[in-house]
Amino acid sequence: MIEMRNIRKRLQNMQTHNKLWFGIGLLALLSPLGILLPSLFNSGGAWGEWGLADLERMVGFAPEGMKHSSDLWNAPMPDYALPGQGTGRLSESLGYLLTGIVGIAVTVAAAYGIAKALAGKSAKEKDVRNGHG
Amino acid sequence: MHIPDGYLGPRTYGTLFAVMVPVWAAASWKLNRTLKARQVPYLAIGAAFSFVIMMFNIPVVGGTTGHAAGAALVAILIGPWAATISVSVALIIQALLFGDGGITAIGANCFNIAAAGSFSGYLVYRALAVGSAVPSRRGWIAAGAAAYVSLNLSALLTAVQLGLQPVLEVSSEGHPLYAPFPLKVTVPVMMLEHLLLFGIVEAFITVMVIRYIQKNEPELLE
Repeated sequence: MIEMRNIRKRLQNMQTHNKLWFGIGLLALLSPLGILLPSLFNSGGAWGEWGLADLERMVGFAPEGMKHSSDLWNAPMPDYALPGQGTGRLSESLGYLLTGIVGIAVTVAAAYGIAKALAGKSAKEKDVRNGHG
Repeated sequence: MHIPDGYLGPRTYGTLFAVMVPVWAAASWKLNRTLKARQVPYLAIGAAFSFVIMMFNIPVVGGTTGHAAGAALVAILIGPWAATISVSVALIIQALLFGDGGITAIGANCFNIAAAGSFSGYLVYRALAVGSAVPSRRGWIAAGAAAYVSLNLSALLTAVQLGLQPVLEVSSEGHPLYAPFPLKVTVPVMMLEHLLLFGIVEAFITVMVIRYIQKNEPELLE
């Protein structure tokens, strides 16, 4: 209980963006639910995102243009799986969690870099103009 | 909702790239003039949120899955131009690293989910929340409505682009070259699951976060 209250108190004293980062971290840790729940409820993938073979099974033919373009890109971690990871719910969940963390880290780095470049040299000047000098 | 490679013909994905390039340029121009150094982390947080919330696949029992996208929430908090950039970054990383969405479809997916999702969400929120206090019930109801409209618009645009392929792209023998289902299939299927389930989840998540922010971090909404 004391532990919980301490965490609460520390959370309340955090800066706004640190609280939001904390929320992102929490979501990342829970992300394997995004692969476990569909598996438990026997759900397939999203509608309209089938691989070529599945689509061929559904409609009876492989569209000619799709044949030549569906495997245009070899993603390093296809479907949020680590290269060479095992099968089964535990491995898949772990792979999902780890690849998700990699994805979030790369996304954050890219967005941060772009935002920083856009805020750029004039950032100080903008802060001054808006009264936050 | 992430259109893979091979589903859209070159004319469709080319057009949508041609639309998105000026949108990204306009967003950069706009942010270059207005973005302050202390706002930089929020763009990164917005991108991270959009990325991670899309990992939560919601099952339809025995059927398909779908997910929220977070574009409306991010747009409410950091504005539609910044949100377009943030959500685009998440979508591009998903395509490049995970094959979630095709690389040829990056323009289409960014148009549907990032740009249309952010701007529709932002406009609905502004229209309904204008003049409301922080915190207020009207504020979070507006956010929920914005999120619902936003995700459903993204789904509709996706369904229309897929459903147009059998009309736009056919072989000389009349066979579809890319996505084979007509509009009368893609629109009802996509809209039913988004109107009845995924859109409601998107609204619920957005309302939860906005209510938390109204209470604990109200300055983010001013």
